[in-house]
Amino acid sequence: MIAEGVVDLSRWQFAATSLYHFLFVPLTLGLSFLLAIMESTYVMTGKEIYKDMTQFWGKLFGINFALGVTTGLTMEFEFGMNWSYFSHYVGDVFGAPLAIEGLMAFFLESTFVGLFFFGWDKLGKGQHLLITWLVALGSNLSALWILVANGWMQNPVGADFNYETMRMEITSFSSLLFNPAAQVKFVHTVAAGYTTASAFVLAISAYYMLKGRDAAFAQRSYTIAAGFGLAAILSVIVLGDESGYTDGEVQKAKLAAIEAEWHTEAAPASFTAIGIPDQDSMETRYAVKIPWVLGLIGTRSVDEPITGLTEILEKNRLRVRNGMKAYALLHELRQGKRDEATLAEFNRYKTDLGYGLLLKRYTETVVDATDQQIELAAQYSLPRVVPLFWTFRAMVACGFIMLAVFVFAVIASSIRRCRQTWLLKLSLYTLPLPWIACETGWFVAEFGRQPWTIAEVLPTFLSASSLTELDLYLSLAGYLGLYTVFLIIEMFLMLKFIKLGPSSLHKGRYHFEIATGAA
Amino acid sequence: MIFDYETLRLIWWALLGALLIGFAITGGFDLGVAILLPFLGKNDTERRVIINSVGATWEGNQVWFVTAGGALFAAWPMAYSVAFSGFYFALLLTLFALFMRPIGFDYRSKLPSQRWRSNWDIALFVGGFVPALIFGVAFGNLLKGVPFYFDEDMRSFYTGSFWALLNPFSLLAGLLSVSMLIMHGAVFLQMKTVDAINLRCKKMVTVFALVTMVLFALAGIWIAYIDGYQITSEILPNAASNPLTKIVTKGLGLWLANYAHCPVLWTVPTLAFIAGSATVLLSKIERPGLAFISSSLTLATVILTAGVSLFPFLIPSSSVMNSSLTVWDASSSMMTLKIMFWVTVVFLPIVIIYTSWVFRVLRGKITQEHIHNNDHSAY
Repeated sequence: MIAEGVVDLSRWQFAATSLYHFLFVPLTLGLSFLLAIMESTYVMTGKEIYKDMTQFWGKLFGINFALGVTTGLTMEFEFGMNWSYFSHYVGDVFGAPLAIEGLMAFFLESTFVGLFFFGWDKLGKGQHLLITWLVALGSNLSALWILVANGWMQNPVGADFNYETMRMEITSFSSLLFNPAAQVKFVHTVAAGYTTASAFVLAISAYYMLKGRDAAFAQRSYTIAAGFGLAAILSVIVLGDESGYTDGEVQKAKLAAIEAEWHTEAAPASFTAIGIPDQDSMETRYAVKIPWVLGLIGTRSVDEPITGLTEILEKNRLRVRNGMKAYALLHELRQGKRDEATLAEFNRYKTDLGYGLLLKRYTETVVDATDQQIELAAQYSLPRVVPLFWTFRAMVACGFIMLAVFVFAVIASSIRRCRQTWLLKLSLYTLPLPWIACETGWFVAEFGRQPWTIAEVLPTFLSASSLTELDLYLSLAGYLGLYTVFLIIEMFLMLKFIKLGPSSLHKGRYHFEIATGAA
Repeated sequence: MIFDYETLRLIWWALLGALLIGFAITGGFDLGVAILLPFLGKNDTERRVIINSVGATWEGNQVWFVTAGGALFAAWPMAYSVAFSGFYFALLLTLFALFMRPIGFDYRSKLPSQRWRSNWDIALFVGGFVPALIFGVAFGNLLKGVPFYFDEDMRSFYTGSFWALLNPFSLLAGLLSVSMLIMHGAVFLQMKTVDAINLRCKKMVTVFALVTMVLFALAGIWIAYIDGYQITSEILPNAASNPLTKIVTKGLGLWLANYAHCPVLWTVPTLAFIAGSATVLLSKIERPGLAFISSSLTLATVILTAGVSLFPFLIPSSSVMNSSLTVWDASSSMMTLKIMFWVTVVFLPIVIIYTSWVFRVLRGKITQEHIHNNDHSAY
């Protein structure tokens, strides 16, 4: 049994490093497409300004990309370093999409990103444009495979437990790939990336216009970002991944927690816009409810109910008991008692094996669990409502504010009046919102899956490596120290080049070059 | 085509080797070049020549490493989980050193300050030297055996310490790794540069090719005097992956047993010496392209020698020998190996084709004029 401190520190470390990684990923996902759009316009119209736009936003893309790659490496190492039992238990399934990501996507992105920066003089216009599109394709394919892996953690389909190897193994690769949880997550995540990049370009272009610099450059960038951003934020909201929450029991529990849906309501369920949820009494005080909405967005129907936490808890009590039986049978099988009757019994109960493993938190041997321990395990199987309730609402609020900004931005650009100061200021100050939305979104997805790493299969507290607290303190300190330094350096360079603007390209036709006569 | 489990396991042993060798050949020269950076570049322009000789391609090269890691996870999940958690601090150090590379390359020349740039040069050196050393040390420790065991739930426990990894034999393997990657980096730089840097590279190639061969020979002699491992129970190459069902013993010089059974394997280490010598000659007669090929062959055969000696072991356990992970009992399920095999068969050739195309586009020497003309866009 691993000390609770080790598990907690491993979780903190993973949360810190993955949330940090995701500061850079959305910008890479979206900016690569914006670059491709700008360069396509250059190739079609032949106007140099679009080439300058591709190169300038490309510079910022590069500064961000470097840290995305740096922090992505950590993720690949951490599964083995900090979650070694997880890696053993599900590597057969989870490792495959990660390896495919390397072969199919990361190679593509990384091999061509060098040519994007250094190939301008060595390639024809069409060839270079193709390279830019391939970088965008590569980074987005990367996201696809990572989310296939993550989707499987939320809703583990297409795999089965093998008692001989003591792990999960693939039974259907196509179920893994076409997992509804993964599909919805992919669309939601990349669209969030496009939104982030659009908000980034929008804000910085607005800054140039507010400063009265490089108007033609800024205006064109603003217009492209506004259009792409509106399409993106609409996809994020309409294809919000709540629709993926109907597959898999843990997804249902997560949805119920987000909505503080303590009891199953008659369909279609109402949506608790705001209120004060309380896990102990299982009720939400001062709730403001909007009828029908939750049922509609959660199930896309008017007659399917959304399961409440009380009903889920009731089911899980039984599943913990079944899990105990599965665990006892597993022991017999591992000891060599492999007759047909034992095997048949095991197969009957093995879908609940994970719930049996939850008991390890209270009793090492599982099979001798008391009624009280079973009750504790069942309670423990539910996600914690309060943090999920609030972070989800923060994400949604950011999303709707961004929607409004992009709508105004598109209207202003299409009637060629994007110089209104209030709108430009609004565009600038919206800059942090996509990041807040991305980070809270991931928090909801991952914290909402607790207490599991693999939903209903493997509890988080069993997944960690057999390390000591000291090991974890040392590595966590190392990550925090280095990552802080990196963030300072990155922000410093980013701000420096943002302030310089397209003048940093030394083309002789932008603000600072003309002003100082350096042209 | 129908493969049985045994064949698939052998194929995946070979594919993992191929990915590691692919990384050594491509990412290896980047690491070597980064180690050489502070010594071969006498001023800022020279250093930028060196950095830009790999600047546009290093990123793709590093993916060989990322993919080898992913393949280890997918095809040999137990080896991935035991090695990564057991070698915790060694890998943390590698990771922290590798951090220096993406930002080092990209940020170094973004500001004109000399202090800024020389700090990044040190960072890039660390990012080359530390991983090169630790990869070798890791191989050394695989040959020495790693102290770990499994409990009945197949949870692994590593019982050694970080300092125990730095034993003399493993340090020798680490130096061998550093030296051969310096040789490889110097050959690559010789191909990409002119004038003074080019001459310095030639010297480095000779020195480090010779050092590499001496260290390789030393390791070869030493290995006869350390414990090797052997499976003494019946081998079931088609059974489910359960490493706890076999019996393993250790004994002096057992790592040479494969060569005794199959003497044709001696060609692998022999080739390393031939290719190493050829690298020196080809570099001296100004054929850096051919020297690069023979240097790549040196790397490949040195790595293959380690793999052949260990076979069928992936990670032998020195404390509870029966827990050792081998090709026959540490793999993924047959289905995963099969899926991953087809994915690799389709995508690896495509990767090789477009990577070759990119290298073709970027062929030619990097000169000081090139840096002056691209002062604001070059690394």
